[in-house]
Amino acid sequence: MSLLEIKNATLKFGGVVAVNDLSFSVEEGEVYAIVGPNGAGKSTAFNLISRFYEPFAGSFIFDGTNLLDCEADQVADLGIARTFQNIELFEHATVLQNLLVGRHRHRKTTLLEEMFFTPRVRREEERHREAVEEVIDFLDLQPYRNKMIAGLPYGVRKVVELGRALASKPRLLLLDEPASGLSVEETQDMRWWIDDIRKQMGITVLMVEHDMGLVSGVSDRVLALADGAKLAEGTPAEVQANPAVIEAYLGAGAV
Amino acid sequence: MRIHFKTSYAHDIRLFPDRWTLSIYGTLLLLAFALPYLLDEFFLGEVTNVLIWAIAGLGLMLLTGQTGQASLGHAAFLAIGCYANTILIEQGVPFIIAFPLAGVLTGVIGVIIAIPVLRLHGIYLAIATIALSVLADDIIVLTEPWSGGVSGKFPEMITIFGFEIERWSMPSRFYYLVLVVTIICTLFYRNLLRSPLGRAFAAVRDSEVSATAMGVHIARTKGKAFGLSCMITGWAGALMGYYAGTFNNETFSLVISITLLMMIVIGGLGSIHGAFFGAVVVAFLPQALSILKDNVVGSGVAIPGLETGVFGMILILFILFEPMGIYGRWLKIRTWFELFPFARKDMFRRQKSYLKTERLR
Ligand SMILES: Nc1ncnc2c1ncn2[C@@H]1O[C@H](COP(=O)(O)OP(=O)(O)O)[C@@H](O)[C@H]1O
Ligand SMILES: [Mg+2]
Repeated sequence: MSLLEIKNATLKFGGVVAVNDLSFSVEEGEVYAIVGPNGAGKSTAFNLISRFYEPFAGSFIFDGTNLLDCEADQVADLGIARTFQNIELFEHATVLQNLLVGRHRHRKTTLLEEMFFTPRVRREEERHREAVEEVIDFLDLQPYRNKMIAGLPYGVRKVVELGRALASKPRLLLLDEPASGLSVEETQDMRWWIDDIRKQMGITVLMVEHDMGLVSGVSDRVLALADGAKLAEGTPAEVQANPAVIEAYLGAGAV
Repeated sequence: MRIHFKTSYAHDIRLFPDRWTLSIYGTLLLLAFALPYLLDEFFLGEVTNVLIWAIAGLGLMLLTGQTGQASLGHAAFLAIGCYANTILIEQGVPFIIAFPLAGVLTGVIGVIIAIPVLRLHGIYLAIATIALSVLADDIIVLTEPWSGGVSGKFPEMITIFGFEIERWSMPSRFYYLVLVVTIICTLFYRNLLRSPLGRAFAAVRDSEVSATAMGVHIARTKGKAFGLSCMITGWAGALMGYYAGTFNNETFSLVISITLLMMIVIGGLGSIHGAFFGAVVVAFLPQALSILKDNVVGSGVAIPGLETGVFGMILILFILFEPMGIYGRWLKIRTWFELFPFARKDMFRRQKSYLKTERLR
């Protein structure tokens, strides 16, 4: 059984069909990439999985659980974490606090315990901190630990957002354009991280990305999307060679 | 320059990160407890007033500074706390139970009100909460048999296991009571900030979308913030009742709500210090102004709206030049001294590296 299975998903915004009868599935342990021109519906597909949008039709099964039975905040509890195309961090908090929010789904203490900061809360806090420190080490975020997000450069924010998602120890990680706006070196780092996330941490990755170098470098399978519908699916090489994909990217007559 | 080496994660969890801060706050606490021996009754009363406002400020700060939900209705919760406490005591409930219960009751009522109101955002939320302030007045008049309506109420003398406390005849005892409540509220606040719930508050404030994606239930978290905020505000209200000695439907007016909100903005949103700094301004401004006025134009002349005008002016100046409030300014000054002579002028300048969008794509 696939880890994530999407069947016949459709979503319209007014007259625009953002996702059109889309079906695909992501296997446990793979890196699955979605490519496609701007406005193809990639982010919308992510938002459907995150339950931010209610689909018109379709089924969304994550590890045997029907995602449509979940509220948006319960998706994290299932073990799905994500990043956003236009970085969504907690601006007026430190990097450390941002990463600790990633631990939210692992909290065990109640309001009353937290008000009195009981020994159990303290123990839990230390445990959360330990988990977050692992992420900080992994992503080399040590210099920024106690910095406010509001003053950080774009590239660092991107990494912090990845870190926040990792801190939740997800089973499935959704990355919306992890390399967009990054320099060549930063993109290279991102590539190794995604590799390690899959290999060392055993986390399945579903990502949207434009950088074909990155996509063919890390992903096992690629889905090409155009106007909300599936254009092609296969290994990176297969998809890149697909005439329909080339046409969608370069326009008619380019082949 | 002060450098601290952290050797365990507990360092960041501690109430006081290092010996230095511990000694500062320790000294402050000692000073606070010694105050009745250092000040005369008038000034002790003024300091008591500051502390009561600070408690109310902590209450609103939790909601507005921490969770990002503005409220112009908090005078209503001051009223609920005040009336609940007084009525419970009149019914024979001892103060030691009635007072905490009054706060909890205010919190519960706050949660019930929060459910519909917190669906609104920003300025709409602020407008909706104005209604609360206005409504409270009417409800107090309508429930005359309990609330005393327009003629108002006088809280009974506080007795804790036979130990009597009264604001006018025993100002230092009343001061200690207020001080203890202040410390408890501050500790609650601080504890929440270093716990998952406090971080969830900040998450909701800064980005509801990604808070949701991390598993934070927005409505529930806002509800908790509102409830806790109202609980603390309720306690402040009860103490205000004692401090004033009498109160009626007009005591907790919309003006109080507005003052409270201005107070935490001036003090510095999102920090415990901000509530205290703001309270100092609110409590001492009328005094300072009247002394100033007496010296400049003579004591016989009345200038209507002077206080409100000056207060509004201070607020505008802060929003324009120091949006981080007094606490923000304090941090900058402190950093300058700590780093002396290495402080740079643009150290606190923010890097505008991206634009926030409302859309998800
Ligand atoms: N919240 C929204 N309201 C209206 N239209 C939207 C919304 N989000 C996306 N769309 C539209 O849906 C289509 C797909 O957008 P999106 O999923 O963001 O594309 P991309 O593949 O570039 O991430 C676009 O035509 C876009 O204009
Ligand atoms: Mg997109």
